[in-house]
Amino acid sequence: MLTRSEVAKLAALARIELSDAELDEMAGQLDIILGAVAAVSAVATQDIPPTSHAVPLTNVMRDDVVNWQPRAAAMLAGAPDVEDDRFRVPHILEEEQ
Amino acid sequence: MPYDEVVARFEPVLGLEVHVELSTKSKMWCGCPTDFGGEPNSHVCPVCLGLPGSLPVVNRLAVESAIRIGLSLNCDIATWCRFARKNYFYPDMPKDYQVSQYDEPLCFDGNVAVEVGGLTYQVPIERVHMEEDAGKLTHVGGAGRISGADYSLIDYNRAGVPLMEIVTKTIHGTGAAAPEVASGYMAFLRDMVRALGVSHGRMERGNLRCDVNVSLTPRGSSELGTRSETKNVNSLRAVADAVRYEMMRQGAILAAGGRVKQETRHWNEGGYTTPGRSKEEAQDYRYFPEPDLVPVAPDPAWVDELRATLPEHPALRRARLAADWGFTEREFGDILAIEGALELIADTVAAGTTPAAARKWWLTELARRANEAGVALDELPITPAQVAEVQALLADGAVNDKLARQVIEGVLAGEGSPAEVVASRGLAVVSDTEALDAAVIAAIAADPEAAAKVRDGKVAAAGALIGAVMKNMRGQADAAKVRELILAKLG
Repeated sequence: MLTRSEVAKLAALARIELSDAELDEMAGQLDIILGAVAAVSAVATQDIPPTSHAVPLTNVMRDDVVNWQPRAAAMLAGAPDVEDDRFRVPHILEEEQ
Repeated sequence: MPYDEVVARFEPVLGLEVHVELSTKSKMWCGCPTDFGGEPNSHVCPVCLGLPGSLPVVNRLAVESAIRIGLSLNCDIATWCRFARKNYFYPDMPKDYQVSQYDEPLCFDGNVAVEVGGLTYQVPIERVHMEEDAGKLTHVGGAGRISGADYSLIDYNRAGVPLMEIVTKTIHGTGAAAPEVASGYMAFLRDMVRALGVSHGRMERGNLRCDVNVSLTPRGSSELGTRSETKNVNSLRAVADAVRYEMMRQGAILAAGGRVKQETRHWNEGGYTTPGRSKEEAQDYRYFPEPDLVPVAPDPAWVDELRATLPEHPALRRARLAADWGFTEREFGDILAIEGALELIADTVAAGTTPAAARKWWLTELARRANEAGVALDELPITPAQVAEVQALLADGAVNDKLARQVIEGVLAGEGSPAEVVASRGLAVVSDTEALDAAVIAAIAADPEAAAKVRDGKVAAAGALIGAVMKNMRGQADAAKVRELILAKLG
């Protein structure tokens, strides 16, 4: 059973603001998902390896070759805020020190 | 608390986490260049900015470099391992996660022997894993400090540059030598990555960064003390100093009956540590397998191929060179004291110069010029082969010592090869005997007093005459030959 405070902690880590009502709702919904995962886990035995990738590929690599074109302007154009060719973000730490 | 007393009462336990920035041409997951110093955000693309729909592909050379590092540390190499996302919100990572490895590092269970004061200490290696570097933040307002800043600016050129993290297990039994074991281990890593050619290995540029974990255990107790982690200690000396400082700081707290707080600390230029942010717990990073990158499964045959490329162990190589070159311990120590000098001298010797001449050029004339230019010795725009060429010109008598230095100056100024500089600057020694004879006769005529003394057997007086001839020849004569001519004429 996932507690409300565990959901609140996860929400804080993911930087998602949830109201009290939403916390209750999410705790219930996440519990259903965890229950489904538990059901799968119960069926999966030692001989079934956990899957993290849909396609069983390994060693997909590229050679160490520079393949790049200057497009700083295009890259910066998508940012909410830019100054001196750099991404501008609000002050980072307010709770510390 | 005095250091000796700390060591008498407590046993230090160390743990070192070292990040090595690789010197690949392209980034870890994309083809952006890794060159340092480009315009801000010029070396970025949708992959290293983590834009939706972009797909990372791992750099094969980075994986090979990691395996070669692991093999050099006597590690086992995983037969199958995955990348993982380490989730955290900090704007130096545009994706809001760092691609790293979690419970499946590429290399694990190694060990390194570090020699300090004639004793050998074992440094056990926990793991070597692959990850990526972060961008660079500039804090604006609040005197550039993060806490008081109004806002921050980010350059992502460094984001995605391949980074290897090398983590030791806890290091026990170092006692009073703990600071030197820590810096000796760092020196080993630096020499190793440079010998492997996988990293520039410059600590002052952040190619190698060390996090130093220190705790104290009361002697006779088996319980591990609470540790502090001092971040970003970036010189060999600072690594030793940080260990010593933390031992003394923690020793004083424990001796007074206090408790050491588990925390992250900052290293300060003045040689002391200060408290930093409280550390997030490991599970807060919510690691999970990176779905966009497939597992790496090094084939044993590939690992064997890579093993065959490993250079001589740096300590063995040093011992061999010291024996081959025949310098005194002190002369050899002078070489080791200058970053990069050993390799440069070795390469110059390999190009045909005697060890003594190679040492002389790099440690005197070239070291001075590097110092003046404010660059490292191996950043001077002259190659060991060129130095060998200059020395060959000198040995053949084509140039004298003074001219040789001018040739070096010309090469450093970008005027071409030594031969080209000799030709363009007209630096060859005048071997035209008639011209020399004329200059000798003129010098004798101009200074009859000195000439008379030499005739009377006061050979030392020839110095003035030699000087006059050299001046007349604008330095482009072989002084020994001039001397010979003068003595012959006045004999």
